[in-house]
Amino acid sequence: MIYFLVGTAGAIGAVLRYAVGILFFTNSSFPITTLIVNLIGCFLLAWFTTSLFKRFSFSPMIRTAVSTGFVGSFTTFSAVSVETVTMFQSGNVLLAVLYVFISFSGGLLMSSLGFQRSRE
Amino acid sequence: MAITNLLLVGIGGFFGAIARFSISKYLNNKTKYPIPIGTLTVNLLGSFLLGILIGAKADVMFVLLFGTGFMGAFTTFSTLKFEMTEMYVHKNKRKLLLYTALTYGLGIIFAYFGYLIGSY
Repeated sequence: MIYFLVGTAGAIGAVLRYAVGILFFTNSSFPITTLIVNLIGCFLLAWFTTSLFKRFSFSPMIRTAVSTGFVGSFTTFSAVSVETVTMFQSGNVLLAVLYVFISFSGGLLMSSLGFQRSRE
Repeated sequence: MAITNLLLVGIGGFFGAIARFSISKYLNNKTKYPIPIGTLTVNLLGSFLLGILIGAKADVMFVLLFGTGFMGAFTTFSTLKFEMTEMYVHKNKRKLLLYTALTYGLGIIFAYFGYLIGSY
């Protein structure tokens, strides 16, 4: 059952990630879609885990489905590394370095913002 | 945004999320490693495989199913950042550095080798 829930939530997360890319950022040389979904997801996961799930008593199954399934699939790492490589390959070295830097530090920042809310 | 595309991404995301859930549940519990080896494994493996797919310039449908859907959901960014934030909060600076270097360094190298193999 838990596998089915994680899978379903994961499917929704992946479709939403794809939809964000299609609807908002179609032709961009910078992988803005991946960056945006990743940053939003970092905040959501930290906030859900440290705050929301503690305030409301969701069942552990629902928690896993939402955090591991939905947010886990909404965000992605494979695209980050492959996009970095393709930017390198096409000669946009500076852009690639910038991308890694923003996704690294921005992700940490968004995640810690979600964390801090739990101390309210 | 054709319904077929959404379906392909969703199906890939369903199985990708379940695969990540199974692997990280199994590996992250092995406490002999100082860092979350499960998350690291899925992220590196996913980067390598997506690299092959993109390097091979696979068909659009194929990329949606296995790339955006499966690999996108199989790898995760939110969990990675959550784990990093926890290390930061608990003042495990060495762990954080090691985890960052392994994930980003190897992730990009794996994606690059995948890309080379794919385009060969």
